[in-house]
Amino acid sequence: MGERTIDLEVLRYNPETDSEPHFQRYSVPCREEWVVLDALNHVKEAIDPTLSYRWSCHMAVCGSCGMMINGEPKLACKAFVRDYEGIIRVEPLAHFPVERDLVTVIDDFMDKLKRVRPYIIPRQVKAVAHGEHLQTPAELNKFKQYSMCINCMLCYAACPEYGLIPKYIGPAAIALAHRYNQDSRDGGRAQRQEEIAATEGAWECSFVGACSDVCPEHVDPAGAIQQVKIRSTVDWYKEHLMPWLKP
Amino acid sequence: MSRRPYQREMTSEWIFRHPRYLRYMTREFSCLFIGAWTLMLVCALARLSEGPEAWAAFLEGLKSPEVVVFHVVALAFAVYHSVTWFNLTPKALPLQMGDEFVPDGAISGAHFAAWGVVSLVLLYLAGAF
Amino acid sequence: METIQADVAIIGAGGAGLRAAIALAQTDPKLRIALVSKVYPMRSHTCAAEGGAAGVIKSDDSLEHHFNDTVGGGDWLSDQDAVQYLVEEAPKELIQLEHWGCPWSREPNGSVAVRPFGGMKKQRTWFAADKSGFHILHTLFQTSLQFDSIRRFDEFYATELLVDEGRCAGFVAIEMRSGQMRRFDARAVIIAGGGAGRIFPFTTNGAIKTGDGMALAYRAGVPLKDMEFVQYHPTGLPSTGTLLTEACRGEGGVLLNKNGRRFLQDYGMGPETPLGKPVLKTMELGPRDRVSQAFWHEQRKGNAVPTRWGDAMLLDMRHLGEKKINERLPLVRDMSISYMGVDPVTDPVPVRPVVHYMMGGIHTDIKAATPLAGLFAAGECACVSINGANRLGSNSLTELLVFGRRAAMSAMEYVAAGAPAPREAVREALGADAQGRVRDLMQRTGGTETVAGLRKEMTQTMEEHAGIYRSGEGLAAACAKLADLRRRYRAIELHDKTNVYNTDLLQALELGSMLDCAEAVVQSALARKESRGAHQRIDFPARDDAQFLKHSLALWKSNEGPRINYHDVVITKSQPGVRDYSGDHE
Repeated sequence: MGERTIDLEVLRYNPETDSEPHFQRYSVPCREEWVVLDALNHVKEAIDPTLSYRWSCHMAVCGSCGMMINGEPKLACKAFVRDYEGIIRVEPLAHFPVERDLVTVIDDFMDKLKRVRPYIIPRQVKAVAHGEHLQTPAELNKFKQYSMCINCMLCYAACPEYGLIPKYIGPAAIALAHRYNQDSRDGGRAQRQEEIAATEGAWECSFVGACSDVCPEHVDPAGAIQQVKIRSTVDWYKEHLMPWLKP
Repeated sequence: MSRRPYQREMTSEWIFRHPRYLRYMTREFSCLFIGAWTLMLVCALARLSEGPEAWAAFLEGLKSPEVVVFHVVALAFAVYHSVTWFNLTPKALPLQMGDEFVPDGAISGAHFAAWGVVSLVLLYLAGAF
Repeated sequence: METIQADVAIIGAGGAGLRAAIALAQTDPKLRIALVSKVYPMRSHTCAAEGGAAGVIKSDDSLEHHFNDTVGGGDWLSDQDAVQYLVEEAPKELIQLEHWGCPWSREPNGSVAVRPFGGMKKQRTWFAADKSGFHILHTLFQTSLQFDSIRRFDEFYATELLVDEGRCAGFVAIEMRSGQMRRFDARAVIIAGGGAGRIFPFTTNGAIKTGDGMALAYRAGVPLKDMEFVQYHPTGLPSTGTLLTEACRGEGGVLLNKNGRRFLQDYGMGPETPLGKPVLKTMELGPRDRVSQAFWHEQRKGNAVPTRWGDAMLLDMRHLGEKKINERLPLVRDMSISYMGVDPVTDPVPVRPVVHYMMGGIHTDIKAATPLAGLFAAGECACVSINGANRLGSNSLTELLVFGRRAAMSAMEYVAAGAPAPREAVREALGADAQGRVRDLMQRTGGTETVAGLRKEMTQTMEEHAGIYRSGEGLAAACAKLADLRRRYRAIELHDKTNVYNTDLLQALELGSMLDCAEAVVQSALARKESRGAHQRIDFPARDDAQFLKHSLALWKSNEGPRINYHDVVITKSQPGVRDYSGDHE
């Protein structure tokens, strides 16, 4: 069954030898069912061991292998070569600085993840001895979708706002904050608002929706961000027009 | 240190990187036409307040080919904006009934239906039928 | 060399490492904690676990049941005092995770739901759809972000432990992004670096599972225990090797040979149970070693389903219905469609046993302490032993939590007890030596071997001679081959000799770890002349409690294969018996 030779055009960059990134082409004999990651692994094993990239699980759950494939942010382990014709262009994820070859610097993302306080801030502390919080399937469904983010950053690569305005907190981080806001066990919405309802937060978003388009886990960060906007607006009105109401 | 992270420049070519970005810019661009039409509406009110002659002159002016073309284009953009807006609404206003969420189609469908009804009512009031 | 000071340093930021870090930060906010990992924490392989974590919570269950299932499942090689500790702590840890926000799947009334799992008499596997490991990892990682005392060192690869006067004094690590080495001076070190499934060519394990944590301890003189016990998970995808959770069978999926027969009933796991109504601990809910071995026999008989990736069996889930599959097995459906082109709703999915887990690892006691003072270990890299000769599904995620925390407590106690500080001059010298070794590898010229070449030979050898069924002859050949590879490893020349994010170097170092682990596996397997759990010898097909109701201990020897010793198993309540997975006596 199918073997096919594909041409990979990979963006290379080694700060010790290159002043700027440049493309390098590899000819790779592929099996029909291969993904781009399999092709990259073949390059590294049999053609050019100097190629650097991140990968691990090969099942779209670790989020390591995000890259631009023919200009689209994709997980290399889920980009099937059968879906591409001609030369396949592979570049590091857009909107992040390039460390080396296909490896990006993701410090900015990690900082933003931490800033939005992505952990349960309980309304009341409950002892482990008292058992679990009851949470109905309906309550679970309120936030479940937003908990599926694998931190692959494809959404940041797709988002033109993030590309143009690096201070923007970004889709995944805001969606994660929203995930906790929607969790019935959490009481920390007010604290998260400071970050996500700020100018650099949800209000930087103009609902391009590219983030939700490219998300491999169907988290729909765009939806989450609009919901955050609505919530913030309602908060603002309540605070200014009905100050007697507790937040 | 040997590290030298490379920052790739973002140019405005991003708009053409994928159809979705072009669609987005079209949606955003529609605001220019909608804004212009709104200004025309303000003008209309002004003319109306100036008396029947000014109003008649204004209505006459609306019949010129350029203005008609403008209206057609503005309507197209406004419809495009409304359609994209209604399709996005379910993402901003998820409705949970029981364990599950109301399907997106139902929410945007309801918006389209309401739009249709309101349009028919307005057209009727305007004497279209 | 730049140094980093810590009270406790943790190598590995998966489930066990993160749990340890949180435990330390919560118990003593003044403790200086360094969490060091060769990948960002969200990438740890904990994320790939699917099925769930076991803990007694329902009224029809008991700690004794969980205990007996685990000890029997481990073919009586588990240390029973440790298992008792695990089953007692399990429910508390799982509830703690729930408090931290883990999205456990629920009953309609809001209480936590449990599902059936292989080898377990009662339902006790807590689950979060079929992405339990993913949710556990992310819950732990996100929870850890609230503690400023946890200093993270992401993408740092630890190359050597530093040992002075019989105490662990820290380690050196390469900062991947710059290629610079750093010395971590720590009063206690916890290794939580995961297993080494990548020594086999066909595995559910991701690229990072190269046994680095195990090798670190091993080379520092800590024995690797029970390395011969390698678990094959019965249902991996033939194309990629990636995992289809045991929960497929827990929810009622069945295994068929090419004749459409549920063949497990021919291997002591019958009688055949009604479709969609699995009976716990029989048929498809038998333990992993038995199910994988049954496939091996079916293959020999010519009953396997041929696919273009080799022989397989069929996992049939059609009778579960689309709704149930979408609700409880969405990842499974997605993976089957994407990687096999098969939709489990309409067709049976070809699957085959793949290497999944290592029961063996760094020798620790019931408090997660290794024989090296100041060194602790938890998770898959460690062997307490909970899992004995065969692990039950969903015990591993629980083990991460229970022993991650236990390792933290032990490390804290050790630090509080105030061991004498290591000698600075010695530390500096050891660090410089370690750095020199990496430099030698990087700068070597005239080499005749490549990383990829040696790695391929290693994995082929393991597949051929250290698979589900082994023979003395095969194992001896594997031992010789791996010794040869070990020698040839010193002739590797890197293609990439630069500093910034050099993955050629990284893979060379990982290969070194894998070769050490692989050698421990085959030498231990050769020495164990019996069949028990996941270790099956064609030449010694019976279990031999008289000689081998013992843990193997592999001791690293520089420039030769390991020496194999033995260590008693702690037996308390459960005397070795027959593992009976037939439903006949119900």
